Amino acid sequence: MWIYEKMLEYPVKIKNPNPKMAKIIITQYGGPDGELGAALRYLSQRFSMITPQAIGTLNDIGTEELAHLEMVGAMVRQLLKGASLEEIEKAGMSAYYADHDRGVYPASASGVPFSAAGIQSKGDPIVDLTENLAAEQKARATYEYLINMADDPDVIEPLKFLREREVVHFQRFGEALRIVQDYLQEPHLFIMPKPDFLNK
Amino acid sequence: MKNENERFDLLKRLTAARFMVEDLHLYLDTHPNDREAIAKFNSYLMQTKKLRESYEKSYGMLTAHDSFSQYPWQWINEPWPWDYEANFELNRGEN
Repeated sequence: MWIYEKMLEYPVKIKNPNPKMAKIIITQYGGPDGELGAALRYLSQRFSMITPQAIGTLNDIGTEELAHLEMVGAMVRQLLKGASLEEIEKAGMSAYYADHDRGVYPASASGVPFSAAGIQSKGDPIVDLTENLAAEQKARATYEYLINMADDPDVIEPLKFLREREVVHFQRFGEALRIVQDYLQEPHLFIMPKPDFLNK
Repeated sequence: MKNENERFDLLKRLTAARFMVEDLHLYLDTHPNDREAIAKFNSYLMQTKKLRESYEKSYGMLTAHDSFSQYPWQWINEPWPWDYEANFELNRGEN
């Protein structure tokens, strides 16, 4: 089960609306390398994971991704809330506006609605953890591209925080993968001395 | 309601302590035998609990499963965490 804490993991306080940034930051909400996909990927994979460390890591990083989803949603909302129609039109956001006004809808930067086709849950611990290492790197790269496009420190600071978390998650998944590999290599037999009659 | 600065100061300290709990939590998942990290985790958790308690005394419920409510039901009070008004400014000079 889950419980909700009525605070963000890291503050989002954006003074100036900017639909141009909202249009691309939305990709970390509902895009192929976004937080929704990340949460769904880890929280689905955990059911078939092995070793307590790797199971806990999937469960808990999956949960943190939900807090990141909330932060990204807060960013998109604050960037859109006070934007004028003219600004929205100039930012090339008319199509989004027609479908969602200034609401937050899970889609990629190019407008493709969220799809689980971009994530995998393979039932194989090595496959899943290896996928997750790549996923964290893809998300890190996305945050870097977003930071490259941003010039408002109110926007850059939370993006930097989220980027940093991808780096930490990558590290934790690397450790989990090593733990699972070591576990799979251990002989799971109770060794006993061979009785003499078997040596004859 | 006490003044905004005091609320934000408390929220900032709570956010920082809460983050340490989160980060140590993930670390401990793959390092369950790190005694020193467990001690740190426990200490930041203690700080978080105290800060949460004093925040809630003045500014309302942070959870709906572990916080008491006055009359009327306090949980639905605005702002919500995603609102501009709910968040504190970062002191960028400090970083």
